[in-house]
Amino acid sequence: MNEAGKSRGTTGTWIREKLFMGLSWQEYIRGLFTPFGVVAGLILIVGIPVIAYRFAYGLGAATNLSQTYPWGLWIGMDVMCGVALAAGGYVLASTVYIFGLRDYYPVLRPAVLTGFLGYFFVVVGLLVDLGQPWRIPYPVIYSYGVTSVMFLVAWHVFLYLTVQFLEFCPAVFEWLGWKDVRRWAMKLTIGATVFGVILSTLHQSALGALFLMTPTKLHPLWYSPFIPIYFFVSSIIAGLAMVIVETTLSHRIFRDQIDPTRHVNIDSITLGLGKAASVVLFTYFFLKLLGIADGGHWSLLNTPLGNWFLVEMLGFVLLPCFLFAYGVREGNATLVRATAALTVIGIIINRLNVSLIAFNWNVPDRYVPSWMEMVATITIITLGLLTFRWIVNRMPVLHEHPEYPGIH
Amino acid sequence: MIHPDVWVDDNCATPDKPAGPDGEIRSEKKPRAKVSRRTFLRIVGATGTATLLSRPRQVRAAWNAPRSDETAAMLVDTTRCLGCRVCEVACSRANGLPSPATLGQQSVFEEKRTTDQRAFAVVNRYKNSRNGRAPTFVRTQCMHCVKPACASACPVAALEKTPEGPVVYHADRCLGCRYCMVACPFKIPKFEYEKAIPYIRKCSFCISRLRQGKLPACAEACPARAVRFGKRGDLLEIARTRIYQNPDKYVHHIYGEHEAGGTGWLYISDVPFEQLDFPMDVGTTSYPDLTWPFLSSVPFVLTLWPPLLMGVYAFTKSRQKAAQVETKEEKETRHE
Repeated sequence: MNEAGKSRGTTGTWIREKLFMGLSWQEYIRGLFTPFGVVAGLILIVGIPVIAYRFAYGLGAATNLSQTYPWGLWIGMDVMCGVALAAGGYVLASTVYIFGLRDYYPVLRPAVLTGFLGYFFVVVGLLVDLGQPWRIPYPVIYSYGVTSVMFLVAWHVFLYLTVQFLEFCPAVFEWLGWKDVRRWAMKLTIGATVFGVILSTLHQSALGALFLMTPTKLHPLWYSPFIPIYFFVSSIIAGLAMVIVETTLSHRIFRDQIDPTRHVNIDSITLGLGKAASVVLFTYFFLKLLGIADGGHWSLLNTPLGNWFLVEMLGFVLLPCFLFAYGVREGNATLVRATAALTVIGIIINRLNVSLIAFNWNVPDRYVPSWMEMVATITIITLGLLTFRWIVNRMPVLHEHPEYPGIH
Repeated sequence: MIHPDVWVDDNCATPDKPAGPDGEIRSEKKPRAKVSRRTFLRIVGATGTATLLSRPRQVRAAWNAPRSDETAAMLVDTTRCLGCRVCEVACSRANGLPSPATLGQQSVFEEKRTTDQRAFAVVNRYKNSRNGRAPTFVRTQCMHCVKPACASACPVAALEKTPEGPVVYHADRCLGCRYCMVACPFKIPKFEYEKAIPYIRKCSFCISRLRQGKLPACAEACPARAVRFGKRGDLLEIARTRIYQNPDKYVHHIYGEHEAGGTGWLYISDVPFEQLDFPMDVGTTSYPDLTWPFLSSVPFVLTLWPPLLMGVYAFTKSRQKAAQVETKEEKETRHE
C-alpha cells in the first residue's frame, strides 16, 4: 500500500483517476447520458422502488406466487438461469489453468468477471425472493439442514462466490497498484480454480437435484433421476456459449479497451469454443435421450408439453449442435456467434421449463409472473450489466495492465 | 482414495466439530506421497473441506430413527366422519387461528377447500359412489410422514421430524426459501405471502399438547371418534382389523401405510381413495431417498475431483515445460 501511496499523490487525484477514469466529475456525469445510460437509469428509477415495495408489503403484494407455485420468475430466471449462465467462469478457468490451453487466456478474465457478477446477482435475486432475506447466512453460520440439497447449494454458492472473488483479485490489485498483494493473489489461482471446479460441479448439478423431490409435480419428460447430470452438463454448454456471446458483445461495446493484437485471434478463440460446445451439446442430447428411454416416456412426446419438449431438444440442443459443427468446419465465426446466442436462449428455456413451465403441469391454475416480478428481474440484470461496465472501464479485464505486460 | 471416516457414523465431521479426520489423512498419506509438499497440502485441504462438507449425518439419523411403529400417529375412518367440522374449530382454537366459517353451514362444502396459513385442517365433502345418498367427508392436514420430504429439504432444519413422530416447524430458523412447499407431495406447508415477515404454517400434531400428555385438539374434539390417536403400529392393526371384520364395507387399502414411504396419518374408507382427491401418484419410496443417491455422491466428487484435477494440471504443466525447453533448444541450435 505504501508503494501505491507514493504514486497516488493526494486522495483527490486518486479518486479522479481510479473512479472517474481521469475525468472531472462534471465531465463524468455528462458522460453518463449515453442512450444505454439513460435506459439503464430509467429502469433503475422504476425498479428500485418496486423492490422496496416488495420488502415493505411482502411477497404476496408484489408477486403472483401462490401456495401452489412457491417458486416463480425470481427463482426460475434470477437463480436457475443466473447460475447456469455464470458457468463461463469455471469452464474457462479450468480450460486455461487445468487443461493448459493458454490460447484462451484473453477471454478468461471477462469470463471470470461475468461468473463472479453472475453469482453475486444470483444472491441479490435470492435476497429479493427469500421470505426473510436477512437470515441468508443461517445455513452457513446458524442452523445446518445437512440432509438438504438446498443446504449444499447455499454452502457452495457462498464458497464459490469467495473463490471467484479470489480468482478475479489479481485484476483488482493491478488496478489499485498493490503489487505485493497481487503476487500473493496470483499464487492462489490454481488452488482457487480446482476448488472452483469442484464447487461448480456440485452446485450446478445440485440445482437440478433440487427437483429430484418433485416426481409428481415436474412433467415426466423433464423429471429424471439424471437431472443433476443434465444440469451439470448443460452448465458447461451455457458457460461456453455465454463466453462467446459475452466476448462478441464486449468487443463491440468496449472497442476502445481492446488491444489491436487481440482482435486477430478472437475469431479462432470463438471457433475453438464453438467446437467444444458442439461436442458437449451432442453429449447432452444423447443423455436426454437416455432419460426418456429410462422413463419409457416416448408416448408423452405426442402431447402439447411433449411437443414443447421436442422444440427444446431439437431447436435448442440438436440444431445448435449441428450449427456449431458446421460453423467450425467452415471457419465461420459469425455463424458460431449466432449459434451461441441461440444456445443461451435454449438454456434459459430449459431452466424455465424445469422450474416454471413443466412444473405443476397437472395443476389447473397457471403461474404468470406479475409486472413487478418482471421489473425486479430486469432491474437486477441491469444492475449486473452496469457493474460489469463499471469494472471493465476501470480494471484490466479486456486489456493488459501496462505495468504487467506479457504475463497473459 | 476415500477415507473411510467419511462413511463412519461416529467420526463424521459435522459442522460443529470439523477438525477430526484431517490430521489422520495427513499422517497416513505423507510417507508414500511423491507430490510436492505444497500440492500435497492443497489436496489435504480440499479433502478436509470435503469431509467437512459431506453429510453422513443422514445415515446416522436413519440409523437411530425410532421405529415408525412406535411413533405417534392418527387413524381417520372416513365412514365415521359426520362432517360436523368440530375438529376444524378445535384446531383453530388450539393454534390461535381465526375461527373457521360457522358450523352447520352446508355452503362451506360447496367448494373444495385446501389447508392454508389460517386453517391447518379442513374437511371436504365428497359424493359417495357406493351408497349414493350419504356423502363422505375427508379431513386434510399435514400427513406427518415417517420420512418427511419437507424436513429433508429444509436447508436450515427448520422443519424437523421429532422422535415422537410429529413433524414440527422451528420458526426462528426459517429463511422463507419455500423449498419445503416445492418438495411436499401433499402440498401441506403454506406460506404467509401477505406478511412482510412471513413464516411457513402447518399442522404441528399439537406437539405441545402431546408433551403435556393431552390428545391433539382434533382427536379430543371429534364426537364421532372418526379420528383416533395412537401408536402407528397399533393404529395399523386397528385399521386392518376393521377392514377384516367388514370386508364388504371398506376399501382394502390403508392410505398412508406405504404412501410416500409411510405417513403418520392413516386413512381407511369405503370409497376408493382416488375419488376422494387423495394423491395416488406419490409412490412408496420415501422422499429423502430420492435425493439420497445425489447427496451420497457429494463426498466422492469432493474427494476425487481435487487429485484428478491436480493430476491433469501436473501433466499439462510438465508438458508445457518440456515444450518450452524444446523451443529454447531450437533457438539455440538456430543461433549456432
